[in-house]
Amino acid sequence: MKTVEEIKAAIEAAVPGAGVEIVSNPGPSAQHSLLIAPESAVAVATFLRDHAELALDFLSNVTGVDWPDKEIAEKVKVTRTVTKTVEGVEQSAEETVEETRKRVEPGYLEVVYHFYSMAKKHGPVVLRMRTANRTDKVQLPSMTPVWRSAEFQEREVFDLFGVEFTGHPDLRRILMWDGFKDHPMRRDYVEPDDYDYEPTAHDEVLKKAQAHQAALAGQKGAGE
Amino acid sequence: MLGEGILKGLAETARNFAGSYVSRERLTTVQYPEERVAPIEAARVFPFLVYDGADWEAGLRCVACQICEKECPPKCIYIEKSKDKKPDYVGKLQIYPARFDIDVSVCMSCQICVEVCPFEAIKMDTEFELATDNRFGGLLHDRKQLAKSNEYFHTIHPTEASEVDARLAEEKAKVEAKAKAAAEAAAAKAAAGAAPAATPGDKPAGGGE
Amino acid sequence: MMEAEGDLLEVSMGPHHPSTHGVFRMDVALDGEKVVRLKPVFGYLHRNHEKLGEDHSYLASMPYTDRLDYICSLTNNWAYALAVEKLAGQAVPERAEYLRVITAELTRVQNHALSVGFLLQDMGASGTPLMYGFREREKILDLFEALTGSRMMCNYMRFGGCRVDATPEWLDAARKVVRDLPGFVDEYEALICTNEILMARTQGVGILRPELAVSAGVTGPMLRASGVNYDIRKVDRYGIYDRFNFKVPLGDHCDVYDRFMIRLLELRESIKILEQALKDIPGGPVMDPKAKIRNFRPKAGEAYGRIEAPKGELGFYLISDGGPNPYRYRVRPPSFVNLTILEDMCLGHNVADVVLILGSVDIVLGEVDR
Repeated sequence: MKTVEEIKAAIEAAVPGAGVEIVSNPGPSAQHSLLIAPESAVAVATFLRDHAELALDFLSNVTGVDWPDKEIAEKVKVTRTVTKTVEGVEQSAEETVEETRKRVEPGYLEVVYHFYSMAKKHGPVVLRMRTANRTDKVQLPSMTPVWRSAEFQEREVFDLFGVEFTGHPDLRRILMWDGFKDHPMRRDYVEPDDYDYEPTAHDEVLKKAQAHQAALAGQKGAGE
Repeated sequence: MLGEGILKGLAETARNFAGSYVSRERLTTVQYPEERVAPIEAARVFPFLVYDGADWEAGLRCVACQICEKECPPKCIYIEKSKDKKPDYVGKLQIYPARFDIDVSVCMSCQICVEVCPFEAIKMDTEFELATDNRFGGLLHDRKQLAKSNEYFHTIHPTEASEVDARLAEEKAKVEAKAKAAAEAAAAKAAAGAAPAATPGDKPAGGGE
Repeated sequence: MMEAEGDLLEVSMGPHHPSTHGVFRMDVALDGEKVVRLKPVFGYLHRNHEKLGEDHSYLASMPYTDRLDYICSLTNNWAYALAVEKLAGQAVPERAEYLRVITAELTRVQNHALSVGFLLQDMGASGTPLMYGFREREKILDLFEALTGSRMMCNYMRFGGCRVDATPEWLDAARKVVRDLPGFVDEYEALICTNEILMARTQGVGILRPELAVSAGVTGPMLRASGVNYDIRKVDRYGIYDRFNFKVPLGDHCDVYDRFMIRLLELRESIKILEQALKDIPGGPVMDPKAKIRNFRPKAGEAYGRIEAPKGELGFYLISDGGPNPYRYRVRPPSFVNLTILEDMCLGHNVADVVLILGSVDIVLGEVDR
């Protein structure tokens, strides 16, 4: 099978402006992946499926990954001009200080596709797509028109992560019920407060259970 | 011929039906609870706490290290450490669980607590008839209900219990040898107070830990 | 005469219906007896298994995998262990690999024995064939209990091997069970395979064309019944499957009857693998000495590991950030993806056939809903 570098070169030759990047995997599995731009995703997908040598006819796994906003604290050296009064005379001098600056790396939702070839019996080729942010720009193109197996799995990613797939024929919630509001697989999902009976609670569960009991007691007190 | 397949199948059923009267192989069910199947040694249901000796409270092997509480996947164990200490099986003073609860309505019998326990204190029981009319409190087992003797452990898992006993005896012998060697060394040191430069050769023999 | 034009009748099949193999619902629109639309509705057994996986340590997720496809806990264990071993670069000793093959193939035998039984149950052969399957499964579950301590929730495999070693007595008991298995398959085939009612009900029903099956990601016996030669045991040769001599049965007619027969044929191939594995099993340790049980923290990275579970491709996708819990824990369940084409197979058939077609997919809702 071709390496990710070869696949990248092949995609770039066939789909102009595809914007493919290699995301390397530092782990021992060495399953490197290709990050593709959402705009050209369907073209790239069709190319990969119809390519004679790659023939990625089998889309095995579709899944989402949530990468929330990350606060990064880094030390930067800053040079600035300071005015000092030396022996009654004002002088300006340059000095370098180290400052800790915090910046927020914006989060995104990522969809990961694992492809195999049933005809050539090789794989996996891993593709990734990223949304612009986690709140309103969460649209990504759907792969369902190219591979039917994405149909339910993309619905699941929509349901649990909140990625909206454009071009999906039937994008509804699949595991949660229709009236459900949040996306439970997101890292910042808050679990409902339903600790009615928790005799062996500890750690976070204990805190939540205690808060629940306190709230319950408060309600009772107010009701009487 | 149409219907041949059906007749063939019916013959097979008839063979099995008649066979169930004569061969044990074909009669696979037993009439529980009057009859019971032979117990399988490796079977596991819910955990229990092993104690040595006659007094369950004094003999509990558990030292309330809380490893099982931390590793338990559904978090069904609750442990409160004691304030005072009591001697464990080798005579070392250890804290013990002042409270040890397992909610068996949450426990999923995965036996990860048994795997991670470094003190051979928690083992899997084979008792499965635990029905109760109290849905919450009745299924919360405290340390008194959980404590079962080492003899009981031997009756339900004989192979494992003998292995555990051998391991503990070995450990105890090691500790005793070490203590003995230490005592001897102390005695030698006291003697060496009169004659200095004690020989460094009398290190404890089995004390390599 | 004017053709009568009535409205479509909407029927909600399930969630509490004996034919749905659990709590599963199908919104079916019927024109008379014919199905014109069918939408599966999931989620009645949803417990967010993937979130649980992210909240628990690598080891603590192992007993939860038992509960995915609760008929085949040992193959679930293997798929998860394989993915984690890929993620951490963990080696597995040879004896453990053999034990994994033996337990996984026994799992396949009991799953197929049960799934053909349930398929016939769905068809109306109430009881007898299913009970024959259960009888055989019972012997295998006794073996599982003697080895792992539990009949269904085995929790047997660990990253870098298996939890306990099999005793020589256990291996002898397994050899005896495997020796008796061909007799059971013969009996089963005599019981039902040439049954005219079965053939009338299943042949030509629920056709799944190979092109659609590949595009829809269908795997396992369903795919092979459509004539596509794709068995992950042969393709990936994970574990030690390259050491065994076995064939991959393929279907020709792509219908329910083929799916039924493929399972029986696969059963025979599994028995072959079992005979070889039980003959060749070497001595040695069952856990890699470098393997860690507690405080297991794989290096940052990701891995997708998959095996040929009895129902199809079972994959685990894990992302590690170096912590004690996986950053992302994804299960790729075979029955969930295999249900994608349920509507395509059912359209135009009678409503009674829907039950049969669903039975031939062989789903377990613990895995579909997770």
